Amino acid sequence: MSENRVLPRSAMNVLPLKERMKILRRHMPELDPLVRSRNFAEVNLGLNVLDAVTEASRCIECAKPGCVVDCPVGVQIKTIVALIHAGDYLGAAAKLREDNALPAITGRVCPQENQCEGGCILGKKGAPVAIGNLERFVADFERESGQLGLPANAPKTGKSVAIVGSGPAGLSAAGDLVQKGHRVRVFEALHELGGVLIYGIPEFRLPKSIVKGEVDNLRRMGVEFETNVVVGKSVTLDELMNEEHYDAVFVATGAGLPVFLNVPGEHFNGVYSANEFLTRVNLMRAYNSEFDEPVYDCRDKDVIVVGGGNTAMDAVRTARRLGARTATLVYRRSEAEMPARKEEVKHAREEGIEFYLLTNPVELLGNENGWLTGARCVRMELSEPDESGRRRPVEIKGSEFVLPANVVIIGVGTTANPLIQSTTPDLATNKHNYIVADEKTLRTSKPGVFAGGDIVTGGATVILAMGAGRKAAASIHEYLTRGEW
Amino acid sequence: MYKIVDARGVGLNIKQFVIEAPRIARKHKPGQFIILRLHEKGERIPLTIKSSDPVAGTVTIVVQAIGKTTSLLNCLETGDSILDVVGPLGKPSEIENYGTVVVLAGSVGTAMALPTAYALKQAGNHVVFIEGARSAEMVVFEDEVRAASSEAFIMTDDGSYGEKGLVTKKLDELLESGRMIDFVLAVGPVPMMRAVARMTTPLGIKTMVSLNSIMVDGTGMCGGCRVLLGKQSKFACVDGPEFDASMVNFEVLMQRNTMYREKECASLKQFQENMEEQVVELREELAAGEKHYV
Ligand SMILES: Cc1cc2nc3c(=O)[nH]c(=O)nc-3n(C[C@H](O)[C@H](O)[C@H](O)COP(=O)(O)OP(=O)(O)OC[C@H]3O[C@@H](n4cnc5c(N)ncnc54)[C@H](O)[C@@H]3O)c2cc1C
Ligand SMILES: Cc1cc2nc3c(=O)[nH]c(=O)nc-3n(C[C@H](O)[C@H](O)[C@H](O)COP(=O)(O)OP(=O)(O)OC[C@H]3O[C@@H](n4cnc5c(N)ncnc54)[C@H](O)[C@@H]3O)c2cc1C
Ligand code: SF4
Ligand code: SF4
Ligand code: FES
Repeated sequence: MSENRVLPRSAMNVLPLKERMKILRRHMPELDPLVRSRNFAEVNLGLNVLDAVTEASRCIECAKPGCVVDCPVGVQIKTIVALIHAGDYLGAAAKLREDNALPAITGRVCPQENQCEGGCILGKKGAPVAIGNLERFVADFERESGQLGLPANAPKTGKSVAIVGSGPAGLSAAGDLVQKGHRVRVFEALHELGGVLIYGIPEFRLPKSIVKGEVDNLRRMGVEFETNVVVGKSVTLDELMNEEHYDAVFVATGAGLPVFLNVPGEHFNGVYSANEFLTRVNLMRAYNSEFDEPVYDCRDKDVIVVGGGNTAMDAVRTARRLGARTATLVYRRSEAEMPARKEEVKHAREEGIEFYLLTNPVELLGNENGWLTGARCVRMELSEPDESGRRRPVEIKGSEFVLPANVVIIGVGTTANPLIQSTTPDLATNKHNYIVADEKTLRTSKPGVFAGGDIVTGGATVILAMGAGRKAAASIHEYLTRGEW
Repeated sequence: MYKIVDARGVGLNIKQFVIEAPRIARKHKPGQFIILRLHEKGERIPLTIKSSDPVAGTVTIVVQAIGKTTSLLNCLETGDSILDVVGPLGKPSEIENYGTVVVLAGSVGTAMALPTAYALKQAGNHVVFIEGARSAEMVVFEDEVRAASSEAFIMTDDGSYGEKGLVTKKLDELLESGRMIDFVLAVGPVPMMRAVARMTTPLGIKTMVSLNSIMVDGTGMCGGCRVLLGKQSKFACVDGPEFDASMVNFEVLMQRNTMYREKECASLKQFQENMEEQVVELREELAAGEKHYV
């Protein structure tokens, strides 16, 4: 249907290819760094219609679009960009939703430079089409228009599915399964829905209202939600299947367990895991004095964040917003190896975050009352690449120095949430306690139980978790229809 | 929304609540706790489950008002509701037939130790329960303490009830008198648990303590509740809350529990200044029954 709405080329008054290739990538309007580093408002303001259409006109409509190949869920970018160019934003949104259940979110948080935009041919010479910004534009347009094309559900099948965890994997599986006519109930351990999207990624990058909007859509489609249920504690997988009679379960509990550095001094007051710091600020709204949750008073304090991924970047920018005098990122490799989104690194620099690259803390220091005073660090250099292909950092002898700090936040990674595995002996896990699931079907060793997202892959990305949720939904539907394990 | 089906004062600033929470009631084992959040802007606080009734679908908790959240909670009455209650969290107490067991509990710790004491008695142990309180009006659940034990002693700091002295004084007397003790459980203020550990560790008596570190999620996700055992870090919410006393670094626990002291005091003061207003507000929010987020 939407294809029909694409106007013929001639009607679009398209400039010749050569001219179009001269158009510069449209700039995403942003809050001023001086203003935004003192509040939690969203940094990126979104493209206006004119900029979106102009940006869309930069696409040269490749016969074999590299952008689609490099999007982990194969979003039909070329078609969508053409629809935007033709002014059919709702059509573009509908097309987008065919492959991507959470476009307003992925448009904001996907590491586009390694995915769709990394594959865009224009990037070979100049700047790639701003696919993420366009994705966000159509998703926001659709939401603000109030004309959300919520798909109709298939007739009731009489089957029911329990989903454990309300992160992107769980939410996207819920949407697909309810459409197929199954009864779907999502169980979440925390009091709010959204997983990392709520407790981890801060408001200034992903406003909660957007996540809430997606959850509300699912609710309108008939998905049931139950918060405050820790599966494995409040109820076990076996009880869900045998006593509450769910025909299938999808485990999407994420990789939320914080990893510490294991250096001396991690018990001093002022040392946080990034998860704790971000949870206090995001989930519990510690930045808002109307809320009761306390967080270390960062005002006029020196804050160090350890790590180079999105989590570390979010924590250091959050500390800045809470009034830190210095907000410093300490990372043991160089900027080229940083896993964080490039845009966040740029935004962080603009906000006055200091970077200590090729630096690693070896000990945290404190005073006699147990309060943190600093971090003893060493300089690193990069040696040969390791199995992961990244060059391994090694200590430079005798390069120790002390960075003063009142707060140290450790954001060096997370591992599997263990509560289900420890109460479900027949659920196979690997040596790192991640759940083992078949790559194609996402079936686990336990009949009727599927798993996907970070709990299977380890900490990855929103779009991969969402893709896993959709794959699981298809596989669960197939299982419920055929009835064979 | 979790309805309070019964609320009653049981001692000075100590109140007992029976709350509708059918899932938790079905799964609760002695030693486990819940985390609750009173209202949209409230913090999450951990509280031990004193008992549960799987048929009625209720759990009982006992709360001592010490800061803002517990003070606000203790203003609620039968018929009010609590926004969020999650559990049962933590590992259940290890129940075995050890022989002679001494349970030491201070103030509200008595309520926390009761379910484990009951279970130990049912497992065939000779349970000696030593309850301590500052003074007579803080002595709670004396009947239940007697029912959960084979022998019970009540100690008050000022001697206004029972015997005068700390719970450790009674423990010392028992040890001095040559009683064989096979297992000790201590639940209460950190200095009390530390004092018990210092007495029993050299004698090689297996001793468990219930650690009250500051928690947020209670599921192992934040690491804020971490405690130091020897050289190892453990998360009190999932690896505990009970730990082998001989391994626990009590100094680190005490130090970490002071992390928000200033803010807690300010927030309690601010609450006390317009307590009535805030309670009315909370009641209205809860009565509206609306959960803004979910
Ligand atoms: C701070 C931070 C920033 C990030 N930034 C980005 C980014 O910019 N771009 C990007 O693509 N990715 C980013 N990521 C990674 C991304 O958020 C994750 O890969 C993704 O959220 C994983 O989704 P999931 O559904 O598998 O799990 P999660 O989002 O982790 O959700 C799991 C949910 O399950 C719940 N749960 C766990 N155990 C139980 C249980 N036993 N019972 C009931 N519920 C349970 C948890 O409370 C949680 O809500 C970031 C991660 C963090 C922490
Ligand atoms: C596993 C566990 C079981 C508990 N069981 C009970 C119980 O059955 N009855 C009872 O009255 N109390 C219990 N507590 C203690 C109770 O959680 C605290 O009294 C409460 O959180 C204080 O909140 P507040 O806002 O009133 O006081 P605040 O002003 O916030 O704090 C006062 C004191 O309580 C401690 N505290 C603050 N926040 C927390 C937190 N989130 N978690 C733990 N301690 C905190 C601080 O160290 C501080 O010294 C338990 C604690 C734990 C960890
Ligand atoms: S889902 Fe992510 S990778 Fe795919 S097109 Fe959208 S922004 Fe790009
Ligand atoms: S690769 Fe770039 S130019 Fe080619 S179709 Fe995709 S977005 Fe358009
Ligand atoms: S309370 Fe967060 S890990 Fe224990």
